[in-house]
Amino acid sequence: MDTRILELLIDSFPKLLIPGLTMTIPLTVVSFCFAMVIAVVVAMVQFAHVRFLQQICRFYIWFVRGTPLLVQLFVVFYGLTDFNIILEPFVAAVIVFSLNEGAYAAEAIRGALESVPAGQMEAGYCVGMTYLQTMRRIVLPQALRTAFPSLMNSLISMLKDTSLASTITVAEMFMATQRIAGRTFEYMPLYLEVAFIYLLFSTIMTKLQRIGEKKLGAYQTKEVG
Amino acid sequence: MLEVHGIKKAFGSLEVLKGVDLEVHKGDVVAILGPSGSGKTTLLRCINFLEKADGGTMTFDGETYHFNRATKKQMNAMRRKTGFVFQSYNLFLNKTALQNVTEGLIVARKMPKPQAEEIGRKALERVGLSDRCGYYPHQLSGGQQQRVAIARAIATNPDIIFFDEPTSALDPELTGEVLSVMRQLANDGMTMLVVTHEMGFARNVSNQVVFMEGGVVVEAGPSKEFFQAPKQERTRAFLRMIEQHGIYN
Repeated sequence: MDTRILELLIDSFPKLLIPGLTMTIPLTVVSFCFAMVIAVVVAMVQFAHVRFLQQICRFYIWFVRGTPLLVQLFVVFYGLTDFNIILEPFVAAVIVFSLNEGAYAAEAIRGALESVPAGQMEAGYCVGMTYLQTMRRIVLPQALRTAFPSLMNSLISMLKDTSLASTITVAEMFMATQRIAGRTFEYMPLYLEVAFIYLLFSTIMTKLQRIGEKKLGAYQTKEVG
Repeated sequence: MLEVHGIKKAFGSLEVLKGVDLEVHKGDVVAILGPSGSGKTTLLRCINFLEKADGGTMTFDGETYHFNRATKKQMNAMRRKTGFVFQSYNLFLNKTALQNVTEGLIVARKMPKPQAEEIGRKALERVGLSDRCGYYPHQLSGGQQQRVAIARAIATNPDIIFFDEPTSALDPELTGEVLSVMRQLANDGMTMLVVTHEMGFARNVSNQVVFMEGGVVVEAGPSKEFFQAPKQERTRAFLRMIEQHGIYN
């Protein structure tokens, strides 16, 4: 490798890493937090078969899962301007990523809720707890433990998907890369470099997942023979 | 103290309870016996509103309940005065033994944590598990899990405890430790309604026996009479069969 490219890589590294830390990561974390709130509510509505609301939730999941993320970004950021709704790029991205991830995570959590033995809820009733109390204290924590690996999977997936936010002018890591590449015409080194940083981020998240699983694994939800 | 009249329950076209009456007095230990499919577990679950019965009434603690239109509030009120021990223990899997016992006190009854833990420790001591407070269910044997479940049931100081085949999932050795805890409870004057396959328990510990088959009560009465001078031919056949095989089912 000639020294010019090496210098470019070293020189551009902080210029990519900084938007990564100040934009990509916050976008991922904030969206994921909102997504979790949405997902838990949507999963519980379906699990409890709340009439009417359940239909809305099914529609939401059907629509979000059936349309491309990129299209959703464009609809919210560009499309809504027709109604004089002009959103900050970051805000638009958070809305879309939260709603998108919420739909997928809701299904993961619903599945996990259904895997919690019915006896757990019955035992809650029998010690005098209400449905919501048992849900919050007993069933939901067990379901989230079960859904945890799949939710972390989605988190890592979303981290990479935030690169799409560059298309609605969010100045995140990938946009920073495109700008430098456009200026220097060194596409291969720079795109590989940004790929490497994404890899770095997701590796750290995988490590965090391991730690989280260990912590949550103090109890086992499956009975040991 | 607990009176059930004409309780009916069908699962689809299958009638499981065809109008069952039941009476339990304070301090009674009532054993419900009967072959599989006789409806005894369903009876217990309907009384505690885990299944919705189709008809019948119940008086408990001066309150009258209509099974097919009990409100959530009524159900909760009833459950707060009762304990329930399941065949498959149903301990809260994400809680330690002590937390299993205190959960109902802290969450449902808003008791301060230190007070609840004191009661919880005493309850675990009563079932001989004071050294297992911090263990999770998966770290306990089946017999220990069932004893924690009993501690959980007694911690709320219930008027009556329902036992749904509490030893059926246990091997004979572990059955013994659970039965001895139940015998101790009976001696302490706890009112108990026990669906069981343990003839020894029915004969020696319970003072009343209800024998069910096909969704009706075939015979009910003091356990001594039931075992020594059964009135119904069906009961006699049942007892003969047990004698021959030592067990039933």
